Amino acid sequence: METFYALLSGFSVALTLQNLLLGFVGVTLGTAVGVLPGVGPALTMALLLPATASVDPTGALIMFAGIYYGAMFGGSTTSILLNTPGESSTIVTAMEGNLMAKRGRAGAALATSAIGSFVAGTIATVLLTFAAPFVVDVALKFGPTEYFAVMVLAFTTVSAVLGASPARGMASLFLGLTIGLIGLDSQTGQARFTLGIPELLDGLDVVVVAVGLFAVGETLYVATFLNRNADTIEQVKGSIWMDRADWKRSWKPWLRGTALGFPFGCIPAGGAEIPTFLSYGIEKKLTRHPEEFGKGAIEGVAGPEAANNASASGTLMPLLTLGLPTTATAAIILAAFQQYGLQPGPLLFDTQPELVWGLIASMYVGNVILLLLNLPLVGVWVKLLSIPRPLLYAGILIFATLGAYGLRNSWFDLALLYGIGVMGFLMRRYDIPVAPVLVGMILGPLAEQQFRRALAISQGELSIFVTQPISATVLAITALVVIVPPIWRRVARMRAAAIGHPIHN
Amino acid sequence: MFSNSSINSNGSRFACRSKAVLAGVILAATAATVSAADYKVLVPAAPGGGYDQLGRAVQATMQSAGLSRRVQVNNAAGAGGTIGLAQLINNSKGDGNALMVTGKGMVSAQYINNSPVTISNATPIARLTGEFVVLVVPRESPLKSMADLVAAYKANPGAVSWAGGFAGGVDQLTAGMIVQRVGGGAGKFNYVAFGSGGEVLSQVLGGHVTVGLGGYNEFASQIKVGKLRALAVTADRRIDGIDIPTLKEQGIDVEFVNWRGLVAAPGITDAQRAELVDAVSQMARSEHWKATLDKNEWVDMLMTGDAFRQYVDAEQRTVLQVVTDLGLVKK
Repeated sequence: METFYALLSGFSVALTLQNLLLGFVGVTLGTAVGVLPGVGPALTMALLLPATASVDPTGALIMFAGIYYGAMFGGSTTSILLNTPGESSTIVTAMEGNLMAKRGRAGAALATSAIGSFVAGTIATVLLTFAAPFVVDVALKFGPTEYFAVMVLAFTTVSAVLGASPARGMASLFLGLTIGLIGLDSQTGQARFTLGIPELLDGLDVVVVAVGLFAVGETLYVATFLNRNADTIEQVKGSIWMDRADWKRSWKPWLRGTALGFPFGCIPAGGAEIPTFLSYGIEKKLTRHPEEFGKGAIEGVAGPEAANNASASGTLMPLLTLGLPTTATAAIILAAFQQYGLQPGPLLFDTQPELVWGLIASMYVGNVILLLLNLPLVGVWVKLLSIPRPLLYAGILIFATLGAYGLRNSWFDLALLYGIGVMGFLMRRYDIPVAPVLVGMILGPLAEQQFRRALAISQGELSIFVTQPISATVLAITALVVIVPPIWRRVARMRAAAIGHPIHN
Repeated sequence: MFSNSSINSNGSRFACRSKAVLAGVILAATAATVSAADYKVLVPAAPGGGYDQLGRAVQATMQSAGLSRRVQVNNAAGAGGTIGLAQLINNSKGDGNALMVTGKGMVSAQYINNSPVTISNATPIARLTGEFVVLVVPRESPLKSMADLVAAYKANPGAVSWAGGFAGGVDQLTAGMIVQRVGGGAGKFNYVAFGSGGEVLSQVLGGHVTVGLGGYNEFASQIKVGKLRALAVTADRRIDGIDIPTLKEQGIDVEFVNWRGLVAAPGITDAQRAELVDAVSQMARSEHWKATLDKNEWVDMLMTGDAFRQYVDAEQRTVLQVVTDLGLVKK
């Protein structure tokens, strides 16, 4: 009941004219960047961060959250109509969605993804509303020991963002870990890898790295290889509404997608990609129309789209209650909190109830606005795709440059931005994913600090990690995550072999 | 990233800042006839922290009191404020309109970061505000007073974990001074640095550390509801309306104030310096400033001119001694 009142007061914050407007701007911007391939929510927020320093924190965070889940809505449009995922989490949507569009069912595909996103986003927000206060109580039991155990789990599940080639993903991750070491060590005040440059004493700014890798790197890449690929945009033909059969085939995948997406969002480094793949796999197995998969099955759009939206809301759970960012986008939202001198964590609900509940309430409102924005106005969003790429990327580059310079009016940050941009370009060129760099540079130092704090408190006793119940449980889960899948595969292989050659045995 | 030498947060400051800025704009427009200088205030930290709040408050007050037509605030974050300090020393020599926010955290940072420039290179103008550090334990803790804490520390120094902000910051300085004063195995002094005051708070509440240190404002709400017990405050005498014993009344001769103030550029003339001291003094006596202090719960610690210069010198000697004894700076 307390939660209910808190939520009501949250609505009184979210429904003020200013916050409604900022929420509207956020989801609109989110949809736009979601539609545009290569421009993601993390980049958009990183670019906006310096500009929002003087906006009040509640409004700014409402806008940022809007950008995040707005992008999940918008990403599907590009996937369906262009067969180029607007976001990495809408890769699966492109598979069946684009095929549906090719068969002239673009309207139904867009509708099921928009309504599915709405359903999933709303359910996930309800889960966040009622579970978060409970998680907060648990979170106070988390000391450095427990946090470190969670970090270990995060690192084992980080393979989610490593991409197709584990070797390349690991290279990228370790690059991030190395970058994370730069700066003053907070436990002893010693400088590490700063090369005597005072600007490096605080380490590299996550915003500069994100903007450099995503914006500058992507711009250089697009400028270099612009003419290599010509995309064809499918037209939206026929009704944008789903018929009876579509509804009947969509609602279960929506719910299943939500059930998959939300927990994955909560898990460190769970991200939105895995649940979309899982959802696709499950829908393919459960469908009554297996013959349609690979030709444009609506279930294959409905499930993954619900999953990626639910995961976006799920991400806010560890971020708000533990201060733990589980995706690159969440890391930027964390930077936004810190810009205002706010530290997300269990106490945020006590010290900043207006902000937290206003933010959560704004997500209900945002989902409604997004449904209205995305369904009837889909034609407008498609037009975005016809912006000439050179103009678009030139604009992005200007914003990136201004933003980096504005951080502290220093040419050093600019040099850094472009240095990292060139690195991002080379990584893109050689198919090395850039997201693990961010994950590494954020999780690495967190894990190190928690490890050393835990050991300081235990006076060097390593056994503390297995004698504390929460930590021991989390580490046991981690061990299972590492050990079980290979054993499972081996057992399955042996069983298959046994079935294959029963007579010889 | 967005580290700050001061880590307290205050949710209402944005509302008050925008109002203050608005008031400043209106008054600046009406006061345009007053012959007042334009000032630049350099904030050596990212927007949002303690240095930034002070810089913005100075801006708003100077403009609304008609002491300046326009005060421009710039942020130059990094390395505990020493990046900003270097900018002031190197780029503003002789500029009689350039001010920079400074404070105790910067004094410590200049030694720990081995900064090529120190506050001695700048021209001290005024100390403005201060904040005392409190030591807190969770409600369930067996420690009821400083005597209990000291006894626990002497019995087993390593087992007492002191949680506070980053290494070499005001929290560690406070804890270090207490440990040095009471004696007993300073080498095993177990200080655990956390990223922010909020983190320290949750770690103390969760009982993960023995004792937490931080600005009074950071812990005030939890102390009032009884979830935290304050063992001591580092003020020289009891603060009105705050029922926390000082270190001194508990027999530990340590006083500590996390002060903040303003310095000017190096190489300015005596006349320029006198003018700045005068303008800042007038600002600090204005009604607007008094209201700002009340709103932010800042303690008024105005000290100007030569007194402040001597104070800064003394502070540098004390802090250097403490960070050296703690092993944060090599001898």
